[in-house]
Amino acid sequence: MKTVLRLLATASAVAFASSAAMAAGELNIYNWGNYTSPEMIKKFEEKFDVKVNLDGYDSNEAMLAKVKAGDTGYDIVVPGDYMVKVMIGEGLLEEVKPNTMENFKNVDPKWVDVWWDPGRNYSVPYQWGTTSFTVDTAVYDGDIDTLALLFDPPEVLQGRINMLNDMNDVINAGLRYLGYGRCNGNQDELREVLALLSKAKPHWRTMDYAVIEKLTSKDVDISQSWNGAAMRARAQRPTLKYAYPKEGFTGWMDNVAVLKGAPNLENAKLFINFMMEPENAGLTSNFARYANGILGSDKFMEPEMLSAPEIVMPAGAPEPDFVTPCPQEVVDLYNKIWTQLKQ
Amino acid sequence: MSDREAQTALAAAIAQNRRNERLTRAWLLAPALTLILAISILPLAITVVYSFLTPGTYGGVTWEFSTDSYVQFLFQRDIFDDSLVFNSAYVSIFLRSIGLALGATLGALILGFPTAYFIATKPREQRNIWLFLITLPFWTNLLIRTYAMLLIIRDEGLINIMLMKAGIISSPLTILYTDTAVFIGLIYSFLPFMVLPIYASLEKLDFSLVEAGYDLYANRLKVLFHVIVPLAKPGIVAGCILVFIPGLGAYITPELLGGGKKLMIGNMIAMQFGASRNWPFGSAAALILMALVILVLLANALAARKGASRNG
Repeated sequence: MKTVLRLLATASAVAFASSAAMAAGELNIYNWGNYTSPEMIKKFEEKFDVKVNLDGYDSNEAMLAKVKAGDTGYDIVVPGDYMVKVMIGEGLLEEVKPNTMENFKNVDPKWVDVWWDPGRNYSVPYQWGTTSFTVDTAVYDGDIDTLALLFDPPEVLQGRINMLNDMNDVINAGLRYLGYGRCNGNQDELREVLALLSKAKPHWRTMDYAVIEKLTSKDVDISQSWNGAAMRARAQRPTLKYAYPKEGFTGWMDNVAVLKGAPNLENAKLFINFMMEPENAGLTSNFARYANGILGSDKFMEPEMLSAPEIVMPAGAPEPDFVTPCPQEVVDLYNKIWTQLKQ
Repeated sequence: MSDREAQTALAAAIAQNRRNERLTRAWLLAPALTLILAISILPLAITVVYSFLTPGTYGGVTWEFSTDSYVQFLFQRDIFDDSLVFNSAYVSIFLRSIGLALGATLGALILGFPTAYFIATKPREQRNIWLFLITLPFWTNLLIRTYAMLLIIRDEGLINIMLMKAGIISSPLTILYTDTAVFIGLIYSFLPFMVLPIYASLEKLDFSLVEAGYDLYANRLKVLFHVIVPLAKPGIVAGCILVFIPGLGAYITPELLGGGKKLMIGNMIAMQFGASRNWPFGSAAALILMALVILVLLANALAARKGASRNG
């Protein structure tokens, strides 16, 4: 027994000493899963002699829940637009003033005065994209630029539809199809939305985030999708086409930010500056397949990315609609609709 | 020393000894009790407390007492107007989960009993090999096994391709993303939980009783239902409980094989801690689920006691 205790004591002392020794050069990143370029991370590690630890989440809400619980040990998070605003409001982000950093000049001016972080005092662009849907044109050869394909599908697409398993994405698409505003607390309009969704649901085969897999396995022929995912799916199923529905579609931006109380604050600041360098933003885009909001990064992007129809919007397509966070009363209403829909 | 004095001294010594023993026992139990308190009672207590609080704006809780979470389970203040009306949404989610879990239990029983019987009637030295084969899938993660099942039953999966190549069907059977797929997945995942306890009962079964049954002119069915099944009952009950309870709270299987169109209890609870931002309601729903499970166990214990007193 004594020997065991001594061994344990030694082991923990060693572990403690080694973690203390490593802490000088570490950076803990908490990013969406399958979204961080390994090449870019390697470059950062070599340039600054820092060991990067990477951990993943699958939704803004999951990340928020973990961060709110406290003591995560993470330095960097990559929240979506509305989540940046929420986290600033909740005092969860460190005001690192990226706008005073050396590489800030590379940020596309159109992404500086954004509503979620005006003037960029907390965060910098990571990737941005759109949420619409993608259709196999070999299965359906009509006009694809309308949300009717999801809510009033032609016969060939009935039972072949995947919707994102996401309350906001589904309800927002419904609101657009009916021509109503986002973050809508109007009960008559929401009643119509619920009726629309309930009528369409029997035509949907699945409601799932795994868009690429659903499409490439041919489980479905049309799926609500982010543009980068649509591009990755098209690589394996070339007849897929990303739609820009005339009723409108969601735009979003994920942003790199530093958590309040980050254990490696200086390294985190280095990383923020590093992400505004065109080459590093380009590496990230090549991996995740979205645009990035850093000027001059196209030089470092694969040529295929620069002409991809998922990234270059056609003339005449509506402007992407960046949806602001909804007040709690509206979230409560959305929850009820969602639960009714999925009961 | 008189006899009486000696006796008193002895009694005192015995009492002292007992006290010491009790103290030692308390000390020896302390680590285990602390651990149980920390990992089982404490989280449960937090869940109970949270279920009576008010949801925080972006997740978490506000320290304000409220029974809303329990009211919300059965009633809703409004989906659109402000009256308190009965709401069947959560009840129907629970009922569907219970139905699927019951179906899976029945399916596992129908498949599991003959399997257990087959193994129990093999020569002793072969039994371990069969048992090994039954437990083999447990060496792999449940997520991986469920995913493998998805590959087998999907439209362009193994089953459909074989049936189509054989010319039995011309277009693929739609199995994946239906309740059938969830059934198949649940039965597959939990079958060993059914086979093992039934096997344990059957292994102890005295087969001379079966022979006696035949000697008394019982046919095979009669022997099965009047001799074998009653003797295997403890194993059958244990197996059913072991399949039903995890089936009720299953999360991965309905999520992957069901296609996510309908909520099950597990998914509904998970949602409250994510997009719905309602931790108190999630806690309350988890506790209601637990209460259901305890009810099932209680009913079973009562039935067992009744059975025991009848037989004894």
